[in-house]
Amino acid sequence: MKNYDGVSAELAAVDGRKRLNMDKVMTAVCFVLLLIIVVIPIVMIIFNAFFNEGRLELGTFVTQVTDGKNLDAMWNTLKIALGATVLGTVMGVFYAWLLGRSDIPAKGLMRALFNIPYMFPPFLGAMAWDMMFNGRSGYINKFLRTLLGLKTMPININSVWGIIFVEVSYYFPFVFMQVVSALERMDPTLEESARIAGARQRQVIWKITLPLVKPAISAGALLILTTSLAHFGVPAILGYARGIYTLPTRIYAVIYNSGGSFDGIRQGAALSVMLVVVVSLALILQNRILSAGSYDIIKGKSMRPTLIKLRGARVPLLVLAILTLVLIVIVPLVMIVLISFLKAYGLPLEFKNFTLDQYRTVFASNGTIDAIKNSLFVSITAGIICMFLGTLVAYVVQKIRPKGKGALEVISMLPYAIPGTVLSIGVILAWSGRIAGINLYNTIWIILVAYLARYLSFSMKTSSAALLQVHSSLEEAARVCGASHTESLKDITLPLIRPAMVSGFFLIFLPAMREVTTSILLYGPYTRTLGVQIYSLRDAGMIPQAAALATVAIGIIILLNTLVTRLTRDRKGV
Amino acid sequence: MSDQIVLRHVTKKFTTKTLGDIIAVDDFNLNVEEGECFSFLGPSGCGKSTTLRMIAGFEDLTEGEIELCGRLVSSRKKNLYVLPEDRGLGMVFQAFAVWPHMNVFENVAFPLRIQKVNKTDINRRVAEALHHTSLTGLENTFPGDLSGGQQQRIALARAIVTNPKVMLLDEPLSNLDPKLRETMRFEIKALQRKFNFTIIFVTHDQSEAMAISDRMMVCDMGKIMQIDTPENLYNRPCNRFVHNFLGESTFINVEIRDGKAFPKGSADQALPLTLPPQASREMVVATRPNEIALTGPDEDGYQTHIEKRIFLTDRTEYLVPVGGQLLKVQTPHRIAFSEGEKCSVHLVEPMWYPADDAEADKERARRQLV
Repeated sequence: MKNYDGVSAELAAVDGRKRLNMDKVMTAVCFVLLLIIVVIPIVMIIFNAFFNEGRLELGTFVTQVTDGKNLDAMWNTLKIALGATVLGTVMGVFYAWLLGRSDIPAKGLMRALFNIPYMFPPFLGAMAWDMMFNGRSGYINKFLRTLLGLKTMPININSVWGIIFVEVSYYFPFVFMQVVSALERMDPTLEESARIAGARQRQVIWKITLPLVKPAISAGALLILTTSLAHFGVPAILGYARGIYTLPTRIYAVIYNSGGSFDGIRQGAALSVMLVVVVSLALILQNRILSAGSYDIIKGKSMRPTLIKLRGARVPLLVLAILTLVLIVIVPLVMIVLISFLKAYGLPLEFKNFTLDQYRTVFASNGTIDAIKNSLFVSITAGIICMFLGTLVAYVVQKIRPKGKGALEVISMLPYAIPGTVLSIGVILAWSGRIAGINLYNTIWIILVAYLARYLSFSMKTSSAALLQVHSSLEEAARVCGASHTESLKDITLPLIRPAMVSGFFLIFLPAMREVTTSILLYGPYTRTLGVQIYSLRDAGMIPQAAALATVAIGIIILLNTLVTRLTRDRKGV
Repeated sequence: MSDQIVLRHVTKKFTTKTLGDIIAVDDFNLNVEEGECFSFLGPSGCGKSTTLRMIAGFEDLTEGEIELCGRLVSSRKKNLYVLPEDRGLGMVFQAFAVWPHMNVFENVAFPLRIQKVNKTDINRRVAEALHHTSLTGLENTFPGDLSGGQQQRIALARAIVTNPKVMLLDEPLSNLDPKLRETMRFEIKALQRKFNFTIIFVTHDQSEAMAISDRMMVCDMGKIMQIDTPENLYNRPCNRFVHNFLGESTFINVEIRDGKAFPKGSADQALPLTLPPQASREMVVATRPNEIALTGPDEDGYQTHIEKRIFLTDRTEYLVPVGGQLLKVQTPHRIAFSEGEKCSVHLVEPMWYPADDAEADKERARRQLV
């Protein structure tokens, strides 16, 4: 590998002597674009948190950080994130083991179903759970209260534990998917040799299997942790009205209450710094607890692992798995659809109260149509731009390897660890007229810029992985055949990584379509996204209408997902 | 000597989606004696690994029973099935299967820790096992930092540390480079002499099996072909498959007319051979390329010429037309013929087998798809 790279470097040097080096141009373009998209917003946050009108001013920062409400929010953020991580990890590992190692029936189907919560927007789930178990008016709560003859509501979803519950049910697939694939790739003789050594099934699980998939568990847990810390939707829907804040919802509150004034944004910037510190601390903590070693556990001839016979537990565990799926996928979905037919929120769920009016209103309103159009526009545009830009950065980092490629890599990955809310503040600070008079505030473009920063790392990762598979000898072979550097890039490398680029696009397009965290801070009167529109309708008390739009959104998401699976099914990348 | 491993009518059926029912192991009967080194040899899909896994307890059997050290461990009739961890075996796998999250000491100590052996005994016995596998000094190293040979030694040390009576070796040398393979072969034999365990050695490499075994079983397509010592298997293979599988073989298809064997495609010249007592109309004559005498024209033997001469490092190979077929002959370099030269070939004590079995070939091809 090294030798070949050496050769390409020499080849590149020869190219450079002849004419203007295309590699250098690409490198420069990368640096400039990343500077504009990623670096400037981040610098603006730090600058504005600590400086006012060019002078160091720590007052705002200190006030914000020592404010009781904000400290409470920070404490809640940590509690929720840690709770969701621990419970989500346990749940993910348990179901991964059940599907990967036991003889539970209907595995293929269940595996597909367990991936659904992953594409279901968590804030819609939170909406559904709120309809059912709201501490004051939840439908199932009311039903149970009458049934059991209670004075108070039996379950209050508008609590820290409620938020943790909803987040766990949508985030456990992060761990589940990682661990299932690790279990599948694991050499079964590693476990068999422990049996031969005299270990019981239970001992094998604790002493061999779990330690060996620890890196996968750790990677999944980290994803849950960072996602939960930065998450806006669920705590906003379940906690906001009850005064349970997390840092992302607190940032939103501060800015919303200040009516978008500069002072409010500065306070938001101070809180953002706080949130970033919390995320970094969590990352360090996670690293300490689960220092992720990577073992080579894939070896030998592929043999099917001996499946553990559940015997008597087979049926109960199957029922448990199905109930879990029903509870986290079907029940919320049904609830949202039911509510979307109601004439008014709060009416009993009886047929005489059902109507299609909500859908009529939704489709008749310009706001809704605009929201769908806006979401489609920014998601597709961000997907396409990121697809090319991410591939460009990946190419520069993997193949050109200029000085400072490390910095390039870190910068492009940075937004991955920075919460969407924080990124939005940075984008507001950067592009509302303070730099070169460019003011994108209240336009769709500011959302686009934020999406670019947020999702660039997604496409860069997939393109990077694909480029690593394209051996430099392939391009060299093209050069030997007489192709120029540009031609070999265009005719050999790009076609080979095209499938990865396409999947990179969908990796951005799909989450962007259901996104609410970033756009909630950036939308203007005419630039609501689909997520923002649902959120605002609900916020304004038009819950059945919000439910109707949510149903439409879920329909769109399911449609798009099926389309993507259809399209990518027979695409086998390098 | 008593029988330590006994298989009676052991049968295993699989149902696959693509091919339907496959009898992976068809009515295996065998006895392995105490202290013996017994090999299962055959091409992939012959049933050797499945048999080993049934002995280890990773697979249940469809019919029959297995006895280990006088104790019944699997029996379909009695509905008895002893778990792998309760069979008291040692086993070494092809991919080593050493645990990457434990250091060398912990890997080897694992079986003892499971048995709740006390600390001093663990230290003593692990040290001993490491000593016998030349791993002393590497206790705190992790397997990921060691070579393939060293990893396989860890697996061996882990297998001998409990002092098992029976050692199952599942292609333990296939992942090692050829030089190392030979050394490890000696080490395994040395360990066997020292600890006096019975070995079942599964391999697809015939020379490896020949070198290590007291007796071996050659199987093909789920059926036992022959069980015998390496010498007898080489010298008296019971059918064409075994002949071809062990050592180099060359075959001539013949037709029997008037008590003479005419190579197919040759109407006038018969092979100067004594026919076996019960000769059918079509037969195959099998021999080893280096056991054919190649002499000048008009000497004893079948009269022909040299079609092609190939210089191999340690011998010369000639392809000689016999009827419409090419016979492979290998000689020391000093017996030199040039291409086109006339010559005589004389087959020394060849084996006679029934003519080609097209059905068996078809079945073999079908199984390769599994």
